Amino acid sequence: MIPYMKPSSGAHVGADNSVSQIMWKVMLALSPATAFGLLCFGWPAINLFIITVLSAVVFEAFCVRLKGRAAKPVIMDGSAVLTGWLLAMTLPPWAPWWIGVVGSGLAIILGKQVYGGLGQNLFNPAMLARVALLISFPIEMTTWANVSPLFFVHSPGLIESWHITFSGLDNIDASTGATTLGFIKTEFSQNRLLTDILKDYSGFLSFIGGTRGSLGETSTLLLGLGGVWLIRQNIIQWQIPVSLLMTVILLAGFFHAVDSEHYVSPLLHLNSGAMMCVAFFIATDYVTSPNTPTGQLVFGAGCGLLIFVIRTWGAYPEGAGFAVLLMNSATPLIDYYIKPRIYGRDRKGKPLEIPKA
Amino acid sequence: MLSFFKAELSSLSAQTKLMPFGYKTPRFRGGVHAQEHKAATAALPIASDFPLPKKLFIPLQQHVGKPAEPLIMVGDKVLKGQLLAYSQGLISAPVHAPSSGIIVDVNDYPAPHPSALPIRTIVLETDGKDEWIKTQAVDDPFRLDPEEISLRVGAAGIVGLGGATFPTAVKLNMGRENRVDTLIINGSECEPYLCCDDRLMQERAGQIIDGVRLMLHGMETESAVVAIEDNKPQAYLAMQAAAEPYAQIEVIQIPTRYPMGWDRQLIRYVTGKEVPVGCRSSEIGVTIHNVGTAYAVHKAIRYGQPLLNRVVTVAGGAVKRPMNVEVPFGTLISELFDFCEVDKDATARIIMGGPMMGDSLPHIGLPTVKATSGILALTQSELKSTDEQPCIRCASCVSVCPAGLRPLDMANNIRINQLDAAVDLGLKDCISCGCCSYICPSNIPLVQYFKYASGEVVARQQAQHKSEQTKRLIDARNARMERIAQQQREDELARIAAKAERERLKAEQEALV
Repeated sequence: MIPYMKPSSGAHVGADNSVSQIMWKVMLALSPATAFGLLCFGWPAINLFIITVLSAVVFEAFCVRLKGRAAKPVIMDGSAVLTGWLLAMTLPPWAPWWIGVVGSGLAIILGKQVYGGLGQNLFNPAMLARVALLISFPIEMTTWANVSPLFFVHSPGLIESWHITFSGLDNIDASTGATTLGFIKTEFSQNRLLTDILKDYSGFLSFIGGTRGSLGETSTLLLGLGGVWLIRQNIIQWQIPVSLLMTVILLAGFFHAVDSEHYVSPLLHLNSGAMMCVAFFIATDYVTSPNTPTGQLVFGAGCGLLIFVIRTWGAYPEGAGFAVLLMNSATPLIDYYIKPRIYGRDRKGKPLEIPKA
Repeated sequence: MLSFFKAELSSLSAQTKLMPFGYKTPRFRGGVHAQEHKAATAALPIASDFPLPKKLFIPLQQHVGKPAEPLIMVGDKVLKGQLLAYSQGLISAPVHAPSSGIIVDVNDYPAPHPSALPIRTIVLETDGKDEWIKTQAVDDPFRLDPEEISLRVGAAGIVGLGGATFPTAVKLNMGRENRVDTLIINGSECEPYLCCDDRLMQERAGQIIDGVRLMLHGMETESAVVAIEDNKPQAYLAMQAAAEPYAQIEVIQIPTRYPMGWDRQLIRYVTGKEVPVGCRSSEIGVTIHNVGTAYAVHKAIRYGQPLLNRVVTVAGGAVKRPMNVEVPFGTLISELFDFCEVDKDATARIIMGGPMMGDSLPHIGLPTVKATSGILALTQSELKSTDEQPCIRCASCVSVCPAGLRPLDMANNIRINQLDAAVDLGLKDCISCGCCSYICPSNIPLVQYFKYASGEVVARQQAQHKSEQTKRLIDARNARMERIAQQQREDELARIAAKAERERLKAEQEALV
């Protein structure tokens, strides 16, 4: 349709950036937290990570081949690797192999390719898969391995890890437990108070990341550093993370100040669950978040509000995945109502009036 | 992240210091900072040793508006500066002979345009004497009527030399009629590679300032602001020194950011006023001219010399001797490239103008014209990749758009042929500055999309207009035919009635008989 041999119009020069470069930079920012997670949860986590990423690539290649296009250039843009990577980070670290494969299939096929591939999807693929897995396989998705660092005596070795990944965990109670948020939720139902519940809680340990949780979501510090680096690299903008985190801090701060025995502190909110990963890496997904700075502020605030509401009053201990998906569905609406003012026009698009001299 | 805010604040305060009128500082919106590539040419003086070409190909349309009408004939001998074609209509500009010689042809030749479609062109075979026609110098031009200044500027064929090529005289008149209070002289030259204005300001600051004073006189305007990007400190110093004696002319430095030179952007930056859509800037009391235009006005008024040549930047990776060179209009780009030793094998794309807004040319057998601020011969490694990938909605294009548009949504609509939706999103407010194409990580040629869509919208409107016209004609014809048929039916009835009447009378008569 477009007469296009080579562009006759500018710009003839371009900024030094490309889609794959963006994807690789995001992965670079993710790698410290991922490496730390893999170290903390040992060989079974490494197995799961490799299986999830590889199957994401295989599913992507399969879909692209179905469309009759060459798979290699599409794979090389890095988006499938990134989706698999992000999904793996949000899975319980010792989950069986098929969780990773099914999750990748959901993310790539249902979350991305059925919409038409890169840039077309309405929902964040990794979060879509994560939530679908959580609803479909609640046991596997809430079995949290103890921290058992690589090469420690009590940690599973390589051979044992294959057993865990491919035929399941034998002695579940001995090597698993609850996450902080899950523990608080169950203890609240026993009518215990926060000071009592959090006797053994170490804020520092969760800040570093040495706690039970998803494979790559435990280290607040490393995720935060990666996110700030991405902002400095101008890959993501500050609006979504800042408004998301600020909303949670303000809401949690208010309720905690009113009743500190029943509402957890803002610090604990930031320090636990998927908060940092979602704020910097999931909610900031280009494809599924608004285009304008103001729209991004609204989007971030909406995510923060939903996370807080679901965590505090919902049935699930963690609501980040649901929050992001709900706000993803609101993105077209936000983009429809919040748009930049065109030069020489007012907000409604009418030409400005000539000022009276 | 704090450092970001600090940088933001410090740049804001820097802008505030520069504000001349005490307006609240307007932020520069969007824009990009492209690699400048100016160092190779900005330090060299303007070359004036370009050999006079044997043949000059002078298009009759080198400006916005109607093409000029030739008043010479093939075989005529003309002198340098002689009028070749006169201005036609309100918005038009005349064309003069850039050198002396013989007119050998008036015919259609390829235009310096991406299509290279032929336009009417006068071909002048130079005689090498470069002999001037008698010109009319003015000793004290400030005693001339302001209207006289506009007339002379118009007669000299001066158009906006920043690239828009709008006839300058028309702008001077509009400025006078609207009682404009500020004249802005655009010395931003924000396009990468180009530095012809930079050199002009460094070397001929006095003449430019004189041209500014003449423009002020011609528009009956009190004050002028010369705005120069802060990547040209020497030009700034030269211009400031030249403007020192004149209190009404202020020279300011503005931040280096493309597209600072977009007239409406610069107006907002300097005065704080925003030009409403559909208005001329003179309606809000501001007129903007380019430094090169001011220089041309100086030559036209002081010495009576029409616009015959300009400084052109020849640059790019394939150019062995990049330079700024003064060339007569009508010089073929091929001759310019020979002079600057362009490596033809290394040239991947030839661009007229800057790399952001310029158009690529299909070949080099095309003349330089009044709009030619630069000719670039870029190598493959300098060009943006054309490997188009899917849009990832990164919204970089939204954040760099100085007009406040959402290029990605416009492009998506154009891709599925929803041109009306693209127009609703602001397609007509696009200035084709190229920021979105520049920044796009997926290499989507957004400006190409928008230019295509704009052309297509106009074509469709014309087609619709035509079909409506045809429908009206058919309706009119049907009505006419219906009217005629009705008339015939009535005539027929009348005839039958008359016949019956006649027969009745005849029967009565027969009965009587």
